[in-house]
Amino acid sequence: MPEAASFDYWILTFSAITVIVTIWMGFRSAKTSKSASDFFVAGRSVSVGWNASAISGEYLSAASFMGIAGMVMLSGYDALWYPVCYACGYLFLLLFIAGPLRRFGAYTIPDFAEGRYDSPVFRKIAVCFVLFIGFFYTMPQMKGAGTTLAYIFPGLPYWVGVAVIGAVITLNVALGGMKGITLVQAVQYWIKMFAISVPIFVLLSVYGGYGENLSVNQSAADVASPPALVQTVEPGTPQRLALPEKAPADEAWIAPFGPLTTKAATAAGLSPEESKPLSLLYTFSLIVALVCGTAGLPHILVRFYTNPDGVAAKKTTMWVMILIGVFYVFPPVFGVLGRNFLPELYAATGSKGPDKVVLELPILIREKYGILGSILSGITCAGAFAAFMSTFSGLLVSMTSALAHDVYGRMLRPNSTPAQRMAMFKWCAILIGGVSVILGALVEPLEINFMVGQAFAIAAASYFPLLFMSVWWRGMTMKGAAVGMLTGGLSALVAATLVNASTLALDKGPMGRLFAGFGGMNDFWKEYPLLRILAEQPAIWSVPLAIGLMIVVSKATKKTIPEDIRMKMLVLHAPEKLGLKQEYIEEHQGMGH
Amino acid sequence: MILKKAPEISLGGVARSLLHLSPMSHQNPDHDDFIHSEEFLHHLMRRQLRLSIACAAAFLILLFGLPVANYLAPDFMAQRVGGFTLTWLILGVLFFPFVWIIARIFITRSMALEEAEVLLAAEGNEKRKA
Repeated sequence: MPEAASFDYWILTFSAITVIVTIWMGFRSAKTSKSASDFFVAGRSVSVGWNASAISGEYLSAASFMGIAGMVMLSGYDALWYPVCYACGYLFLLLFIAGPLRRFGAYTIPDFAEGRYDSPVFRKIAVCFVLFIGFFYTMPQMKGAGTTLAYIFPGLPYWVGVAVIGAVITLNVALGGMKGITLVQAVQYWIKMFAISVPIFVLLSVYGGYGENLSVNQSAADVASPPALVQTVEPGTPQRLALPEKAPADEAWIAPFGPLTTKAATAAGLSPEESKPLSLLYTFSLIVALVCGTAGLPHILVRFYTNPDGVAAKKTTMWVMILIGVFYVFPPVFGVLGRNFLPELYAATGSKGPDKVVLELPILIREKYGILGSILSGITCAGAFAAFMSTFSGLLVSMTSALAHDVYGRMLRPNSTPAQRMAMFKWCAILIGGVSVILGALVEPLEINFMVGQAFAIAAASYFPLLFMSVWWRGMTMKGAAVGMLTGGLSALVAATLVNASTLALDKGPMGRLFAGFGGMNDFWKEYPLLRILAEQPAIWSVPLAIGLMIVVSKATKKTIPEDIRMKMLVLHAPEKLGLKQEYIEEHQGMGH
Repeated sequence: MILKKAPEISLGGVARSLLHLSPMSHQNPDHDDFIHSEEFLHHLMRRQLRLSIACAAAFLILLFGLPVANYLAPDFMAQRVGGFTLTWLILGVLFFPFVWIIARIFITRSMALEEAEVLLAAEGNEKRKA
């Protein structure tokens, strides 16, 4: 039961309103989504403004809302690569993939894989990664849910929060489908934007500006050249609280190649000079994962099919970049303020650690302004709910579509009626929701943002090469695409899982006992820090591996290039005005899916 | 301009393969035209790719250049600008508008490119008919 002393009704009220509005909208729009086409891509009738808000709403997950702030607080500058690449990855999507994919016309990536290579077999292979990436991505959302509920109800076990939120969202998706979700996602973007920005403006007006708070952390250059320090530190610079022992030192925190990228090298006992090239490698690999991964996320790509045409798809991407770019300026500010004013979070781990800085920081002004602190903390909690609910809903729709539409509708029961498929959609949602809750309950000791980064790395090594090469190289064959995607994606998946398992083995709680078998790997990582970095951030080798294999195998199987490849490429690239655009699945044409 | 022999592929055929429709569902349109030619496709893809690569290069140079600058000139990147270190200001704040500008340029140019391609296709078809 919650401890009455620290229970805050304001926080509960704001969070409850967010949840109730989300569910109400889901149920309300469930009434208007009738056909399977409504369910899968919202009848393809969503305007640019709505769609851009909805994509942003779906994309800004618990990692963006809570995880980035937590990671910036914990690791400093190095963590900034996450928000920047989360936002800028869309540029890659825009430059190389968004337009052609929309012109080709298909519901999902597996649809594209099948249509591009005329191969139902390839569809079955491609559909696996919707689930692989999806589950990796849902784990951190579940951690966000567990952390937030444990904050609102002090004393509530982490796993209960995960189970409650998982059940609520699963029910919502099972009843509403994606048409409901589009509206809900769009509204949730604006909730998140409001919830991250308003508390920051208030906090900065109380505690001093972004730059001022950052200037409290002295870099090596500041120490070496005191005059510069005198120039920049104004009188009245915020006085921060004392940092606990576990917090990284200023120099490491504010400078590039800090605690995040040097972790493996530090554990191996390397000197700062020796570890610097490894840190550069880590940074590069992280950039590749995030930039390429954005362009390969199944739950985001499926939204491009809700644009009326390729031009709208491009405009939507532009707006998404603006909407999420503005958003991503704010979370690092929470991290900076958290380091100065909530340093006690450094000493805690799991759901009590820095991942909750966004939720807890506004409470600090309660001392000065009373109830305003509670209201602002209520607002950030509402934003956190919007964050993990929207992303988990989107992932659930994508994964459920993959199961209901592909595995059931095409592989197991190709002759099923639309009514049967609709029923199966609901059961699949429940199944996937259940698995997500179990996985989410396991990952409390891992950082939210770190896990999302891994999901990006897997997407970068599987779907990104598939889409990029299929759109731009006519020499690709189905075998080449399959071998490259499977090898790249699976090797990234295995590498990331090994790192997570060995990290979980270090936990002092129940997870440490559960994963104790992987404890020995940590000695191996200490011996070989380079391998640890390559496993933790696999994109730098797995993306080229996937693309390389695609080229080599495609060359070797040249004879199996689809016969009508020229026409396929024309459909992908020719302006829609020429009338070459084809819709891949049209229910009203009697497809029977 | 060398006009190659008309391709063997028909729009109807592709529509069928893409749509998995029965051969009865679509009639073959005229597929001997310029729009369906290898020449047009090659031209189309090359121009699109050139634009995308130019924009990507501008983005990637800054994106990968920043860690290199941090590596090679740490003191320069650590100088203070309004309380921020220079590198923090670039990465945490200025990077976003930079990318918006690239995106804006790309979208304007690619839409102009599409218009030009539609015209080119129409002209090519006329020529071929003549």
